[in-house]
Amino acid sequence: MMRKISAVLVVVFFGLVFSSLAINYTERQSLRPLAESYVKLVPQDLGAPNVITGILLTYRGFDTLGEVAALFMAAAAVGLLLGTSDKGRGQSAAELPERPKPSSEIVQSGAQILVPLISIFAVYIIMNGHRSAGGGFQGGAVIASSVLLFVLASPRYRVDLAFFSMTESVAGVLFVLAGIAGLTFANGFLDSRVLPLGHFGAFISAGAIPILSVLLGVKVGCELSVIIDRFRA
Amino acid sequence: MTSSVVLVTGLALILIGMWGLLTHRNILRIVIAFSLMGTGTHIMIVAIGYVTNGTAPIIDRALTLSEAPARAVDPIPSALVVTAIVIGLAVTAVMLAYAIRLYQSKKTLSIDAFTESKW
Repeated sequence: MMRKISAVLVVVFFGLVFSSLAINYTERQSLRPLAESYVKLVPQDLGAPNVITGILLTYRGFDTLGEVAALFMAAAAVGLLLGTSDKGRGQSAAELPERPKPSSEIVQSGAQILVPLISIFAVYIIMNGHRSAGGGFQGGAVIASSVLLFVLASPRYRVDLAFFSMTESVAGVLFVLAGIAGLTFANGFLDSRVLPLGHFGAFISAGAIPILSVLLGVKVGCELSVIIDRFRA
Repeated sequence: MTSSVVLVTGLALILIGMWGLLTHRNILRIVIAFSLMGTGTHIMIVAIGYVTNGTAPIIDRALTLSEAPARAVDPIPSALVVTAIVIGLAVTAVMLAYAIRLYQSKKTLSIDAFTESKW
């Protein structure tokens, strides 16, 4: 009872704070100066039509590197909590008499059709991150969703963790190397202007942003796939 | 107007998540409440970045370079939320991993069974 009352009090107080926030909120009629300069600078300076990708991968590229590091830390924590050595895995499989139940016909057929389509869509999202809506983070999440569907359809398939970890590490190292290239040949860490900007809006344009986008997509996709695989019994 | 509706929705989601966090005793429900709070925060941040009659800050045929500063929404909150969603997924995964380990140790998901860290 006491607990319930204190919970009500906490929620009501936060509700009061939030309601004052919502009442005093007025919609902006124009952009803030920082946002305005980003909207002007990204297409002109970086040659990328998608302003958000330009911010994520160049102006705030260092933050993105930190976010990916936080993601890696989460994957490592899940591995530490749920991961068992191969020996332990063998033992637990021997203890369980029945094999993992095969998935139903519908899931298997659906996965056969959908997994290739989802993978192609993920590559499309990653490769068009600088031209239209999309980018490395989103495409990586879509890759992980196709891995999840595949794992659901064939429960006996084991994801090759060593391959995923290796790919992810290589992508991370290349991302940092691209950043250092920006430091050496352009104006700062992760500056995408190390490569020619090309024709505005073309598939190969916007300097190093497509390359960084691909590396980010591969890294995020591998990390999320490893996390998904860890959750299997 | 549009963005105030979205803002209120986000704030309401945060409050629902907070209520679930404080009242439920099942660890899985607490994880769901955390996710609700996170989603509410994302919706709120995106709503704050809206500019009246704005559109997505992507330069193409529909939004030319010269009219972009007048008609685009704030790109910074969107860029923040893109990363926050992926990090939120990873944090949820860590919480669920903890839930699995706690279940293995006590064979229950009720937090009343875990009294070691209670003061």
